[in-house]
Amino acid sequence: MLKTRKARAWAIQIGFLAIVAFLLISSTLVARDTLHAQGMNSGFGFLDRSTGWDVGFSLIEFSPFDTYGKVIVVGLLNTIFLGIIGIVLANVVGLTIAVFRTSENGALNAIGTLYIEIFRNVPIILQAFFWYAILTHLPRPKDAYNLGEVAFVSARGVYLPGLNVTGSSALIFFIALVLGIFFYIWFTSARRFRSLTPSAKKNGKLTIVGLVLVIAVAALVMGRIPETNLFSIPTLKGLNIREGIRIPPEMSALAVSMAVYGGAYLAEIIRAGFLSVGKGQAEAAEALGLSPWYVFTRVRLPLAFRAILPTLTNQYVWLFKATTLGIAIGFTDFFSVISVSINQSGQTLELIAILMVGFLVMNNTISFVLNRVNKAIKLKGTQLRT
Amino acid sequence: MTALDHAEIRAMGPSLTESLRRRYFSSPGNTAISLVGGALLLWIVWTVLNWAVFKSVWTTPDGTSEVCKGIDGACWAVIHQRGRLIIFGLFPYEEQWRSTLACVAMLITAILSCVPWFWNALRLAMLWVVGFAIFYILMRGGFLGLLSVRPSEWGGLTLTVFIYAAGILVGMPMAIAFALLRRSELPVISGFIAGLIDGVRSLPLITILFAAALIMPFILPGWLQGDKIWRVIFGFGLFFAAYQAEIIRSGIQALPVGQEEAAKALGMSYFHRTTRIILPQAFRNALPPTINQFVITFKETSLVVIVGFFEVLASGNAAYGSGEWSFAYVEVYVFVGLIYYVFVFSLSRYGAYLERRMRVGQH
Repeated sequence: MLKTRKARAWAIQIGFLAIVAFLLISSTLVARDTLHAQGMNSGFGFLDRSTGWDVGFSLIEFSPFDTYGKVIVVGLLNTIFLGIIGIVLANVVGLTIAVFRTSENGALNAIGTLYIEIFRNVPIILQAFFWYAILTHLPRPKDAYNLGEVAFVSARGVYLPGLNVTGSSALIFFIALVLGIFFYIWFTSARRFRSLTPSAKKNGKLTIVGLVLVIAVAALVMGRIPETNLFSIPTLKGLNIREGIRIPPEMSALAVSMAVYGGAYLAEIIRAGFLSVGKGQAEAAEALGLSPWYVFTRVRLPLAFRAILPTLTNQYVWLFKATTLGIAIGFTDFFSVISVSINQSGQTLELIAILMVGFLVMNNTISFVLNRVNKAIKLKGTQLRT
Repeated sequence: MTALDHAEIRAMGPSLTESLRRRYFSSPGNTAISLVGGALLLWIVWTVLNWAVFKSVWTTPDGTSEVCKGIDGACWAVIHQRGRLIIFGLFPYEEQWRSTLACVAMLITAILSCVPWFWNALRLAMLWVVGFAIFYILMRGGFLGLLSVRPSEWGGLTLTVFIYAAGILVGMPMAIAFALLRRSELPVISGFIAGLIDGVRSLPLITILFAAALIMPFILPGWLQGDKIWRVIFGFGLFFAAYQAEIIRSGIQALPVGQEEAAKALGMSYFHRTTRIILPQAFRNALPPTINQFVITFKETSLVVIVGFFEVLASGNAAYGSGEWSFAYVEVYVFVGLIYYVFVFSLSRYGAYLERRMRVGQH
C-alpha cells in the first residue's frame, strides 16, 4: 500500500499530525490533572477580579481596586509607549553614528567605531542595570540638578513641565496625532489628491492639519483636571518635587539602554545602507549643484532607507522585544505585569497565553506595517542602481 | 607614461601628508570637526584612564571598603574582594578549583573548534560532546571523593558558560532538523515547522524562558520535568534553534539547484544527499551569520537572571548589593561588562577572520 510516493507522503503526514495531536491532548490532560490537584480554577474569569496591588508607572489612571484586565492594558500601553520612545531614540543615535562612520573625517570615524565596539559587545540587560544604578544614585530631590527652574534631574526621576490633564486624555492626544500623521500621508499620496490644483492642495492640507489639531486639543481640554493650572511646572517643595511630569528612573534607564544598544546595531545597518548607495548617485546630485544637505536628505538618505528597510524591520521587532527587560529593574511593562499577576493570581497558563498572543500580535503588526511600507516605497522596475 | 600600469598608479596613491590633509583638513569646516572630535576623543581616553588606572585603588589589605574612602578613581578593590563571588557564584569555596578547571576545559574546546582540522560534522560534534561532558562531570562531582554539587548551586561565570554551551548543544541539532523539515515537500510538516519557527521568533526570549520555567511543570508528567535549569536550557536551545534554522535554510537556498539534482541523478539517498552534499555547503555559506548568532546568543544568556539563576550578572548585582560595597556599582558592572566584552569581541573578530578567509577561497 505504501508503494507509491503519494501514499507514503499521506501516511507520513497523517502520522505527524497524530503525534502532534497526541502531545497536545496528553499535555492538556496532564495540565488538567495538575490544576485539579492544586485546586485551581482555569478560565479567564479572574480578569474581572480586582488586583489589590498598584503599578509603579501607568499612562492611564490605575488603583489597586481595578481589575486584572485593566492592569494588563496598563502593561500593554507602557510597553508600546516605551517601545516607541526606545525605537525613535535608537534611530536618532543610529543615524548619527552611521553618519560619523561613513564621513570622510578620520576623527568622526574613530568616535563612531569606538562607540559601536563598546556598546554592541555588552548585553543590553547589563546596560539596563548599569544605567538604572547610575540614575538611582543621582542626588536626592532635595539636591536635584536644576535645569532653569522648569526641569529637575534627581534619583527619583526626571521632572519635566507638563499639562494638568488626565492620563487617558493625553493618550488620546498622542493617538490622534499619530493617526493624523498617517492620515495626512495617506491622503496626500492618493492619486486623486495629486491631480488637484496647488491651491486646492494647500486647502486640503490645511483642513486636515486643522481637524487633527482640533481633535487633539479637544481631548486635552476635556481631560483637564479641575481646579488646577493648565500648565504644571515642577517645583521643589520641602524634601520633594511637586507637580510636573515625573519620568521614573526605570523608564529612563530602559529608554537609554534601548537607544544606546539598539543605536549601535542600527548604526551598522544604516551604514551598510549608505554604502549600498552608488557613488554615482551622490556625485550626480553634486554635479547638479545640490547643497551637501540636499544631497544627504534627498538622495543618499532615501536611497539608503529603501535598501535597508527589510533589515530595519527585523531590528525594530527585536528592539521592541527588549522592552521585556522592564522586569529586571522594575518597570511595569506588559511582561512584568503578567509576571506579577501570575504570582498573585496563580492563573499561570491563561496569563502566559495572553502574554504570547500579545507579543505575537504586536510584533506581527510592526512587521506587517513596515512590510507594506517597504512594498510601497521600494524601487520599481530594473533600474541601474549605480 | 607607458611604463606605469594601473597597479603601480594605485600603489603610488596620494602621499601621506596628502591623505592626512584629505581626511582631516580638507576644508575649514572639516578642520574644525577634526579638532573638536580629536579633543573629545583625547578627553574621553584621558578621563577613562584617569578613573580606571591613575587614581584607582586595586587591593584591599583588610578586606573592607575603607581604602576607597575619598578617592576620585575606580575602586577595583571590590573586585579583589568579591571577584570570586562574581566568577564562581555560590559554588562551595573549597571546590572552586573544579569550577576553574571546568571553565578551562570549555575554553580549550572552544579554541580547538576554531582549528580547521575539526571542521567536519563528526569531529566537531565529538569534540563538543566530550568537552561538555568533562565540564559537567567536573562541576557535578559526586565520585572519587569529590563533593557532589547540583546544577542549581552553580553560579557566576561558570553557570553562564554552562547555559551557553548546553543551549547551543541542544539547539544546533534542533536547528538542523527544523531547517530540513521546513524545506520538506510535505505541506503539513513544512507548514507546522514554519509556524513553530515564526512563532518562536516573534516572541521575546524572556517569555520563552519564563514559559519553560513555569508552564512545563503543568503540562509534563512529573517524571519528565527534571530540574528547572534543564527546562530553561531547553527553552534557550529552542530559541537559538528557531533563529539558527533560518540561517541554515538561507545557506541551503543559496546553493545552486544543480547540486541537489546532480546528487539525485547519481542515485544518492536523501540521507546521503543531505549529509554529504547539502549541509556541508550550506554551513559554509551560513558561517558568517552563524558566528554572529553565536555572539548574540552569548549575550542573551544574561537573560536567565530573570528566571532566577545566579549567573555572572546576578552575582555581579550581589557583589555590590550588600552594604559596604554599595557605592562600587560602576566598577562591578564595568568588570562584568569586560568579561562579556572579551568573549564577544574575540568571537566576532574570529568571525570576521573566517569571512575574509572564505572570500579568498571563492575569489
